[in-house]
Amino acid sequence: MSLPPPSLRARITALTAATAVLAAVAVGYTVAAADGDGREPVSAAVPGLTLDQAPGLYHAARKGEVRSAPYSPSDGGKADGARSRDTGLSCDRFHASGRSAVCIARRPGPAQKAKVSVLDRELDTRRTVVVGGIPNRARVSPSGRMVAWTLFVSGDSYASSSFSTRSGILDTRTGYLIKNVETLQLYIEGRRYHAPDVNYWGITFADDDNRFYATVATKGKTYLVEGDMKTWKARTLRQNAECPSLSPDGTRIAFKKRVREGSQDPWRLHVLDLGTMRETPLAETRSVDDQAAWLDDSTLAYALPGRTRGTSDVWTVPAGTSATPPRLILNDASSPSMVQGGG
Amino acid sequence: MYLAVGRARPPDGPVPTGAPSPARPAGRRRLTGTVVALGAVSLVTDISSEMVTAVLPLYLVLGLGLSPLQFGFLDGLYNGVTAFVRLAGGHAADRWQRHRLVAGSGYALSTLCKLGLLLAGSSTPALSAALAADRVGKGVRTAPRDALISLNCDERDLGRAFGVHRAMDTTGAMLGPLVAFAVLWAAVDAYDAVFVVSFCFGLLGVLILFAFVPGRESASARAPGTAAATLGQTLRLFRVPAFRRILVTATLLGLAGVGDGFLYLVLQKRLALDAAYFPLLPLGSAAVYLLLAVPLGRAADRIGRRVPYLLGHVALLGVYVVLFSPVAGWPLTVLVLVLHGAFYAATDGVLMALGGPVVPADRRAGGMALLQTGQGVGRLLASVGFGAAWTLWGMDSALALAAVALGAVLVLARVLLPADPVSVTAREPS
Repeated sequence: MSLPPPSLRARITALTAATAVLAAVAVGYTVAAADGDGREPVSAAVPGLTLDQAPGLYHAARKGEVRSAPYSPSDGGKADGARSRDTGLSCDRFHASGRSAVCIARRPGPAQKAKVSVLDRELDTRRTVVVGGIPNRARVSPSGRMVAWTLFVSGDSYASSSFSTRSGILDTRTGYLIKNVETLQLYIEGRRYHAPDVNYWGITFADDDNRFYATVATKGKTYLVEGDMKTWKARTLRQNAECPSLSPDGTRIAFKKRVREGSQDPWRLHVLDLGTMRETPLAETRSVDDQAAWLDDSTLAYALPGRTRGTSDVWTVPAGTSATPPRLILNDASSPSMVQGGG
Repeated sequence: MYLAVGRARPPDGPVPTGAPSPARPAGRRRLTGTVVALGAVSLVTDISSEMVTAVLPLYLVLGLGLSPLQFGFLDGLYNGVTAFVRLAGGHAADRWQRHRLVAGSGYALSTLCKLGLLLAGSSTPALSAALAADRVGKGVRTAPRDALISLNCDERDLGRAFGVHRAMDTTGAMLGPLVAFAVLWAAVDAYDAVFVVSFCFGLLGVLILFAFVPGRESASARAPGTAAATLGQTLRLFRVPAFRRILVTATLLGLAGVGDGFLYLVLQKRLALDAAYFPLLPLGSAAVYLLLAVPLGRAADRIGRRVPYLLGHVALLGVYVVLFSPVAGWPLTVLVLVLHGAFYAATDGVLMALGGPVVPADRRAGGMALLQTGQGVGRLLASVGFGAAWTLWGMDSALALAAVALGAVLVLARVLLPADPVSVTAREPS
């Protein structure tokens, strides 16, 4: 260095100028990014819009607004996104079935909180539960009585990028709330099992509102479990079957199976026949990280990442061995569920 | 602002005793501007990095739609890299005698990674590369930075200097998440804005470093004409008895620990805490750490650094005992967080103040890197061990085991640690 170091005053001046520039950049970018469409998670539906009045494919659109698009799985073709109706709800996850619907919306703020709203067919809020975590899965039982959800929670382990799951169940008829299903008595391959690293996710109910299926993970392995609400017990059915979804006729379970080690394209959708316990891979060969939804007894819907970063599209695939390829039915959508008109 | 010119810098060999030190002004001594500047750099940089840490889970899972599997898998791989990088950074700073440059490049690398995260999009390899580079930057800069603090400060003020630095560091760490959530509140779901603001803070930190912390122009730590410290000479630090004892003690105490993550986990389970409040527990400890860092650092200067260092670990032992006891609810939370924060305040900076003086100035960064790595590796193994003990024998047994181990090591440490910091100016290294 041949030049004498700049004087203290010069350095302070230069730094103040630099700070002003950086502050301007920071504030300017933030203001520009706030493009005015700051949608607060609202759970008040548009007055008058009910599930019966707007049957179709319910989904969460790009900014989280829940819409209903006219669609019929048997007709084929795409869902009519242009004629979809806005329910006024804003949710990260949404599912409607039977006489209820559930909406999970993240609440802004440093504490990771989310609000689970249980709605009736008139889309009026019947019950809200505030839970901690990032919304991941939401399901309503076929009758609409049982509502289940899963959230990601970080902080169970110190590495801030590792997660565990918190799954909860609400019985809307009795009002009984289970905030954490890890109290289940778990039987792995017939033996009672205890471990602190047990995680449950992806709960799906049968139409008796008692039997349910879920994924449990412990010590690096995942299992499909069948649970019983009355006895509060769960037993494993098989390994490597995640995010189960029970078909409307109750005979088959759609799930994602880990077919590849590593983090690139690990999953493949399969359907398990509960009678024969045989797995069938579906025609969708891409990796699907979603709890598939049965639109009817022969069609499954799921979300895949869309072309733009952060978006997803809804695709359908026949639930069995079929030559029919998967079909894109709706752009910029997630959380699909089929609602029929009438009661 | 004045630069403290303490005792004559020792060359890396036997040194004459009784080197005269300049007359000290009576009464309170002012803290070096350099130390305050380094504290400011850490404050601003920690705001930058904690902003990103706070929103990273949200960003990856909700913003990008990734599954935790995709990045958690690779995240664990990089823990081992940090130790090596820290040693490399310390040694490089010593060898070239350019502590500021090495530290600055570490800060700059971490700052660039914020932009890297923005540009990486959803690509898992790119994201993990950005996170890895961030970690490398963090590792490279810690030892040179701590060496800078110790070299720019009179030996008698080391405790207070490190206390001030750690306090400012923790302030930044606490402000970070608040700034992040303020940005997200102002611009809903705009994670790119968070990364840009974080980048601006990081860049500001680098600028403060180069503007206000003296670089090569300051008094060089080695006498002109002597060779730069080679790796072999740095490793020969193990032959300095005082240094060896401090290193072994720090490693053993690290091994007898439990790891922050598990500590909070046990606390959560005892409190049956709602998942939403998990992130607030470390904030509690950090607040206590912040308040106690400077007073305890000063105390370390007055009564010797050994005592606070040991007492800090007694506080940690207290945490285990309290977690074991029937105390519950608010008293439990307050006791654990206060004791845990006090543990950090009494040990984190104090270890550097303890170890600094026994390492010759031209190997300071390497020596400090060794201390940090020893402690870090000890803690890492302790975490793994505690996790295994928990899985095998249950939470209570594992905690009891940890408490017994820590108690035993504390007794040993009292014997191991040198009676007072043996400065290189007073005794020849053997």
